[in-house]
Amino acid sequence: MDAGVLSADASAGEGAPAACYHCGLPLAASVRFTVAIDGVPRPLCCAGCQAVAQVIVDNGLTSYYRHRSAMPAREEAVPQRLRDLAAYAIPEVERALVREAGGDARVASLLLEGITCAACVWLIEQRIARLPGVLGIDINYATRRAQVRWDSRRTRLAAILEAISAVGYRGEPYDSTRAELARRTERDRALWRLFVAGFGMMQVMMYLVPVYVTDGEMTPDVEQLMRIASLILTLPVVLYSAGPFFVRAWRDLRARHVGMEVPVALGIGAAFAASVVATVSGSGQVYFDSVTMFVFLLLAARYFEMTARARALMTQERLAQQAPAVAERYIAWPAAHATETIGAGSLRVGDHVRICPGSVVPADGTVVHGASEVDESLLTGEARPRPKCSGDALTGGSFNVGNPLVMRVTQVGANTVRSGILRLSERAAAQRPRLALSADRATRHFVLALLVIAAATAAVWYQIDPAQAVWVTVAVLVVSCPCALSLATPAALAAAMGSLQAQGVLITRGNALESLAHATDVVFDKTGTLTSGHMGVVGVMPMGGGGRIKRTRDECLALAAALETGCAHPIARAIAAAAPARALPSCTDATHSAGGGIEATVGGIRARIGTPQFVAELTRQPPPLELACVTEDVSVVALGDARGWIALITFADWPRPYARTVVRELARMGKRVHLVSGDRPQIVQYTARRLDIASVLGGATPRDKLDYVRGLQKDGAIVAMVGDGINDAAGLACAQISIAVGGGADIICGNSDVVLLSGRLDALLAAMRTARATLHVIRQNLAWAFAYNLLAIPLAACGYVTPLLAGVGMAGSSMLVVANALRLSRRAPAQNARVPPAPATAVN
Amino acid sequence: MDIVYLLVPLSLVLVFIIGAVFWWALRRGQFDDLEGPAHRILMDDDRGRGG
Repeated sequence: MDAGVLSADASAGEGAPAACYHCGLPLAASVRFTVAIDGVPRPLCCAGCQAVAQVIVDNGLTSYYRHRSAMPAREEAVPQRLRDLAAYAIPEVERALVREAGGDARVASLLLEGITCAACVWLIEQRIARLPGVLGIDINYATRRAQVRWDSRRTRLAAILEAISAVGYRGEPYDSTRAELARRTERDRALWRLFVAGFGMMQVMMYLVPVYVTDGEMTPDVEQLMRIASLILTLPVVLYSAGPFFVRAWRDLRARHVGMEVPVALGIGAAFAASVVATVSGSGQVYFDSVTMFVFLLLAARYFEMTARARALMTQERLAQQAPAVAERYIAWPAAHATETIGAGSLRVGDHVRICPGSVVPADGTVVHGASEVDESLLTGEARPRPKCSGDALTGGSFNVGNPLVMRVTQVGANTVRSGILRLSERAAAQRPRLALSADRATRHFVLALLVIAAATAAVWYQIDPAQAVWVTVAVLVVSCPCALSLATPAALAAAMGSLQAQGVLITRGNALESLAHATDVVFDKTGTLTSGHMGVVGVMPMGGGGRIKRTRDECLALAAALETGCAHPIARAIAAAAPARALPSCTDATHSAGGGIEATVGGIRARIGTPQFVAELTRQPPPLELACVTEDVSVVALGDARGWIALITFADWPRPYARTVVRELARMGKRVHLVSGDRPQIVQYTARRLDIASVLGGATPRDKLDYVRGLQKDGAIVAMVGDGINDAAGLACAQISIAVGGGADIICGNSDVVLLSGRLDALLAAMRTARATLHVIRQNLAWAFAYNLLAIPLAACGYVTPLLAGVGMAGSSMLVVANALRLSRRAPAQNARVPPAPATAVN
Repeated sequence: MDIVYLLVPLSLVLVFIIGAVFWWALRRGQFDDLEGPAHRILMDDDRGRGG
C-alpha cells in the first residue's frame, strides 16, 4: 500500500466513514478525541490512540504518519500493559533478563510486537534513542528483535519498555539462554570453516584444470607456479578449517587414547606435509586438491550431524525456554479480584494466579475458576489443546489458548513437572548408554588396527616404491571410516530420544532404548493401566414386558438417566454419559433405597432402577429370562415400572483408548503380553479376555508380582513392566525396564526408565517402534561400515586408491551413516499415522 | 603464456580479498537484516539521533 493513500483515507473527515487517524478503526459518533498532528487536528478513536499520538507529536516524530505503509496493530488497554511493565522493575526479574556490557552499561534483547511496517521501526528507534541514558538501540526489521544498551545509572529496563509501550508497541525482553548462544557461536564457526574449505577447494581445482587440459605440455615453470598457488590456498584450509581435527587428535593422544580423529589428522597432516616437500623440492606428486576436498567433505558431514543433533534437542530446548518471567498474583482471592505482578520465581504454593489467554502457565496448579483450552504439546506431545475447567490440573510450561483462568499454585520451582522432565532428560543425555560405550571401545580397537595396517603398508611400499609409499599410506589412513561407530551411533540415539520426546515419550535413562528394543515380555502391572478405571455402559436390553411395545435403546437410557438424576454413583455417571443428549423426561418424588436403587415418578407412573430384586418388588413379575444370559464379569441394573420390566442395562470397566491396538501390535511384534493385577481375579480375567491377553494373574500381591517377573526372567525373558510408575512394588524395580503411563508430578518423581507423558497407551507402541528402529539403524550402519572398510582398506593398501578417491569415499561413507541415523528423527509422524484411530470408546 | 605469471598471483590475491570482505561483512552483521535498511533510508531524520 502507498503511504500517502493511508493518511488521506484516515484524514478524510467528511463523506467517507470517519476512521481513527492513528489506528484506522472506525470512529464512534459520540466520542471525540483529537490531537493536532503537524498543526492539523486529527480525530482519534480512543484514549489509548490519543495517548500514543500525543507522545509521537511531543517527540517530534510525526513523519511516522507520512511514511507508514500499514496501520499499527491494536494495542491492548494501556493501564493493563503498564502494570505488566511494573514487573520488570523488580530487581530479580530485571537481573535475569539483562546482561552486563562493561562498567554501568547494560544490554537486553527485546522481542517487539506490533511492528507492521518499516516506519514502526523508525518510530521506536527514534523514541528510544532520545531517552536519557540509552546508549543505543538496534532493531532488526526481519526478525522483530532489538538489542538495547543503556547506562544503568541513568535509566532502567522498565523505563525503556514503558517508552516503547507509550508509542503503541510491546517490547518483551527475552532471555536467550547461554546454551543457545554457545550453540549459535559453534554453528557460525563451523559454517566459516566449511566456507573456507569449500572456497579453497574450488580455487585449487581451478588451478588443476590447465594441468589436465594441456596434458603435460605445460612448462615446468608454470606448473611450479600452479603448485605454489595451490599451496598458498591450502594453507588456510589445513590450518583453520582442519584445525579442530588436529586439536582433538592431539587431545586424544595426550589422554593415551586413540579416537577417530587420529587417522584423519595423520592423513591430512602427512598429505599436506608431503605435498609441501614436493612443491619446495620441485619433484614428486602434489595432492593439494585431495587435501582440500577431503577437509571440505568431512566438515560438511560434521556440520550436517551437528545441526541434526541440535534439532533433536529442540523440544527440550523449547520447554526449557518456555518459562514466563512474571506471574499475575491475586492479592486476596477470592475476596477481591485485584492482582499484582510478581516475578515467577517468587510464587509460593497456595498463591492464586491469573493466566491470561496467550500466556504460559507459570507453575503447576489446579484451576479454581474459569474454563479454557490449554496447549500442552511441549510436555506431552499432544498437538490438540486440552479443555480445562474448575478442578483440573494445570502443568507449568503449558500455554493457555482460550480464556482467562484462575489457578491455585500447587507446586513451584524444582518440584514442578516441567523441571522434572528437564532434569530427567538431562540425566538421560548425560549417561553414556552401553551402546555408545561399546561403540567407543570398538572405535579404539579399529583405529589401533588401522594404525598398524598403515605402518605395515608404509614399510612394505617403502621397499617396493619409495616415491609412492607416502601416498598409499595417506590413502589407507584417509579411506578408513569409523564414523558408523563413533559418530553415527550417538547421533542415532540422540535423534531417537528427540523424536520420542516430541511425541510425549520421555526417556530417562541412556540404556532404556536398547532394553526396550530387546524386551520380550510386556507386563501390565494394573488393570487400571489398560482400562479407564470407571464404569461404562456395555449393553442395553429393552424388554416388552406386560404386553407393551419395546422401547428403543435411547428411550430406555433417557428414562434411566432421568431416574438417576442427581445421583453421584458410578453407575449413574455411566448412564448419564451414555444417555442421548436430548431433554430427559421430568421425574419427581425420587426416593433412594440403600443397596437397592431409586424409585421415582416419571410421566405419572412410578418406576424403579436398581438391582433386579429391588425392581421386581414393583413389577411383581418373575425376573426376566435375559438375566441368565448376563455373565458375572459385568454389573447389571434393571429398569421397570408397575406395568412390567423395561430394560436390563449392563456395565463394565471399559478398556482405555488404544488398549486393544497396543496389545495386538505388541503381539505382532513378537512380544508376550501379561496382565498381573491386584484386582479381583474375575475382573482381571474379564479385562484380559476383552483384550486377548493370554497370561493373566489376578488378585496378585506385590510379592506375587515380584515372583511372576522373576519367573519370567528365569526363562531368559527381558521384562518391560508398564504401570502407573509409582514404585510401590518390588516387581517394577526387578523388571529390566519400567514404563510409566501418565504425566503427573508423582510419576515424574518415580523411578521409571520411560515415561509416557501423554498418558496415551499408543505412545508405548511409538516408543517400542522407535527403539527397534534405532537398533536397526545402528546395525545397518555397522554392516555398511564393515563392508566398506573391508573393501576399501585392502584396496588402498594395494595402491589402487588415490588420495582424492579415498577422501571422497570416506566423507561419502560418513555422510551416509549419519544421514541414515538421522532418519530416526523423521520417523515420528509416519509411525503415528499408522496406528488406526481408537475404536469408538463412547459406550455403545 | 607469460601472462599466467601475472594472472595466477592476481587470482590468489583476489581470493583472499574476497574472503576478507565476506568475513568483514558477516562480522559486521551486513546480512542480518536484509529488509530494514531499504526502508530506513526513506525516513526523515532531520533532528538527528540521540538529540
